[in-house]
Amino acid sequence: MESLEQIRDRLLSRYPGAELSILNNPSPSAQHSLVVGGSAAREIAAFLRDDPALQLDFCSNVTGVDWPDKEIVETTRTTIPDPAGGPPKLVEQKTKRIQPGYLEVVYHLYSMALKQGPVIIRMRTGNRTDQVTLPSLTPVWRSGEFQEREVFDLFGVVFDGHPDLRRILMWDEFKGHPMRKDYVEPDDYEWEPTPHDEVLAKAKAHYPAPAAPAAPGANAK
Amino acid sequence: MTNSPIVALHGTPAVAGGNAPSEICHSPLAPGGAHVRSVRDEFHGDLLEVSMGPHHPSTHGVFRMIATLDGETIVKLKPVFGYLHRNHEKIGENTTYLGSMPYTDRLDYLCSMTNNWAYALAVEKLAGQPVPERTEYLRVILAELTRLLNHTCLAGFLLQDTGASGTPLMYAFREREKILDLFEALSGSRMMCNYQRFGGCRVDASPEWLEAAKRLADGYNEFLDEYEALITGNEILMARTQGVGVMPRQLAVSAGITGPMLRAAGVDYDIRKVDGYGVYPRFNFRVPLGDHGDTYDRYMIRVLEMRESIEILRQAFAQLPSGPIMDPKAKIRGFKPKPGEAYGRIEGPKGEIGFYLISDGGANPYRYRVRPPSFINLTVLEDMCLGHSIADAVIILGSIDIVLGEVDR
Amino acid sequence: MTDSANTPTPLSDADRDELRRQGILLTSLEELYNWGRSHSVWPLQFGLACCAIEMIAASMARFDIARFGSEVFRPSPRQADLLIVSGTVTKKMAPQVVRLWNQMPEPKYCIAMGACAISGGPFKQGYNVLKGIDRYIPVDVYIPGCPPRPEALLNGLMTLQEKIRGQKLTGPNAPRHLRADDACEYPVPEFGETDLVPPTNPEVWQPPTIVRPDKP
Repeated sequence: MESLEQIRDRLLSRYPGAELSILNNPSPSAQHSLVVGGSAAREIAAFLRDDPALQLDFCSNVTGVDWPDKEIVETTRTTIPDPAGGPPKLVEQKTKRIQPGYLEVVYHLYSMALKQGPVIIRMRTGNRTDQVTLPSLTPVWRSGEFQEREVFDLFGVVFDGHPDLRRILMWDEFKGHPMRKDYVEPDDYEWEPTPHDEVLAKAKAHYPAPAAPAAPGANAK
Repeated sequence: MTNSPIVALHGTPAVAGGNAPSEICHSPLAPGGAHVRSVRDEFHGDLLEVSMGPHHPSTHGVFRMIATLDGETIVKLKPVFGYLHRNHEKIGENTTYLGSMPYTDRLDYLCSMTNNWAYALAVEKLAGQPVPERTEYLRVILAELTRLLNHTCLAGFLLQDTGASGTPLMYAFREREKILDLFEALSGSRMMCNYQRFGGCRVDASPEWLEAAKRLADGYNEFLDEYEALITGNEILMARTQGVGVMPRQLAVSAGITGPMLRAAGVDYDIRKVDGYGVYPRFNFRVPLGDHGDTYDRYMIRVLEMRESIEILRQAFAQLPSGPIMDPKAKIRGFKPKPGEAYGRIEGPKGEIGFYLISDGGANPYRYRVRPPSFINLTVLEDMCLGHSIADAVIILGSIDIVLGEVDR
Repeated sequence: MTDSANTPTPLSDADRDELRRQGILLTSLEELYNWGRSHSVWPLQFGLACCAIEMIAASMARFDIARFGSEVFRPSPRQADLLIVSGTVTKKMAPQVVRLWNQMPEPKYCIAMGACAISGGPFKQGYNVLKGIDRYIPVDVYIPGCPPRPEALLNGLMTLQEKIRGQKLTGPNAPRHLRADDACEYPVPEFGETDLVPPTNPEVWQPPTIVRPDKP
């Protein structure tokens, strides 16, 4: 099977304007993936499915990943020459930068005809709030139908062109997307015998320790 | 009143009047919020909308489907999920890698051994963890026993759905208890085995256990002969299943159908052969394929697969090497794989069960995703049911072989 | 020998056995009624999750729930006496479970089978998991386990039978179905934006109070 670089180069020669890049996977599994820009994604997907050398006719797995905003601290070091003529001073300057988060949808593609794969493609949204629309690949692979609905339900990615985009696992009145990293569950804590970590914090909030009794002897006089 | 034309993609026929004025009447015997509703349509007269489930004896748990009927013929059918959505993936992201292993038991609660293996395989891919040879053989033995168990139970449930109430299911559960005794002797639990570890497995199989498992595998063909004599040639079963719920090849491939359902449609795709994971390339076995893609084929494929499983078991018992069951370098405590991601999959009894893991270098997976075969196999439920009666829909659903723990996770 | 002249002495078991040997069966209406009910508890054919498989296994040949008169799994709640909540109750499913309970005629009993039905079990931290069905309906017998073995279900059933046999037909301790002021209907929760509304039925369930032992 072709390497991911070859696939990318062939795609770029076919669709010159497409945004394509390869995301390296450093783990021993070495399953690298192709990041596809949203604009031409459906054409590219159809190409991957129909190309005689690839024939990726089987879209096995569709899933969402949430990457929230990340705060990145960058340290820049500058040397300032001492005006008095002494040795130059090294000044460290820390700048905080917010790397905007995004939602990602990952497709694992295999070929049933040629029995090869996987080729992994990913699509990313602009941000996590208002630019969450991505083209649906359900018209290309039918197996995305329920899985994309699930990503919509649990992550909040809106799939453009999906035939029946509704909540699938949660009820229709539900607000929010529970698989996002910043989702806060309703606070329905009840007593637990061995609270720990986050549960301990909840336990303390719900059952505050009784006020310390007055020190013995204080009232004795 | 003519049958409405069937539109191939997504199976939404032109007649389904979603916004048509409708009158709702609650059926007194329809439990669990089920209701029967007539949807008035200008051209085709009355269509009846029937909600089956989530409490319904033949939906294999808490599955619900809303069928629109024209007379007794299904013209539209929408499954409704989520009644057993117990947040497996979210819990998996808040738990350590090993901590998710017992949860995988509860995905497809008939086949905990294969779920364990799929998860262990994905993590081993992520961490580059080798597995000792003896464990690979034990995994194959347990996976094939699980396949026997699952397919036997499925045949029982399918027959129950056709109306053969009791007897076939009793036979199936008799055999299931025998296999569960083996699982219990090995892992300590009947259903929730929690047996595999990353780079090995928990306990070694004793010679007595292997002897008992070998006896079971040798005797299983006899049971299958008896079972098939009861079922396979049965005229009623043939009449109810042949030509019912036909799934074309093209649709099966596009919809990502896997497992016996896919092979019943005639597509030669068995992950045991394609990926050759574990030690499967060392075994000589055949992949049964169906001709028609109907419900009867889906039943037959499973019976034939069981016979092949017995062959694999025999070869595995003969080849089983001695040796360690845990890789000595495998880490149990403080297991933190390097950042990266991996997708590992195996051929479970219901289809391709896969786990997709993203590690950020921490003790918990950053993203933990299960690729549930029976959830994705349900994609084509509507296409297979269109044009059939509601009694056939029950059988078609039974032949898909769903387990709600896995469908909703 | 002070009061016994006025109040009838209940027969001792030895006397009864002696009479039984002579072919005379003595019993009270209460005993007969409870004996009959306790040996014909028909469960609802209602499976939720993993535990349902063990429930089916309990009704199959090896464990044979028919020995206890409970093999008649009824598909309709109108004909069932016993609701076995066998598995995780999710928030999406909870209204249906309460509705099924409401549709069952009295006298009816509920068994919470497995850790999930008792408290949410291993899935307790999930956003869609109800932390125990006893928040909405009264539970008679709790069976711990994940999942409980079929023997545990049989033991739970025997416990329920004992409970039925101990019920008084008259007086202040009469069971729910014999009291005129019984509400019969339990409010069915509705879907809210993040949780069920109301999250519990306060008439059935109150949050447990914590007891902190004084430190020595």
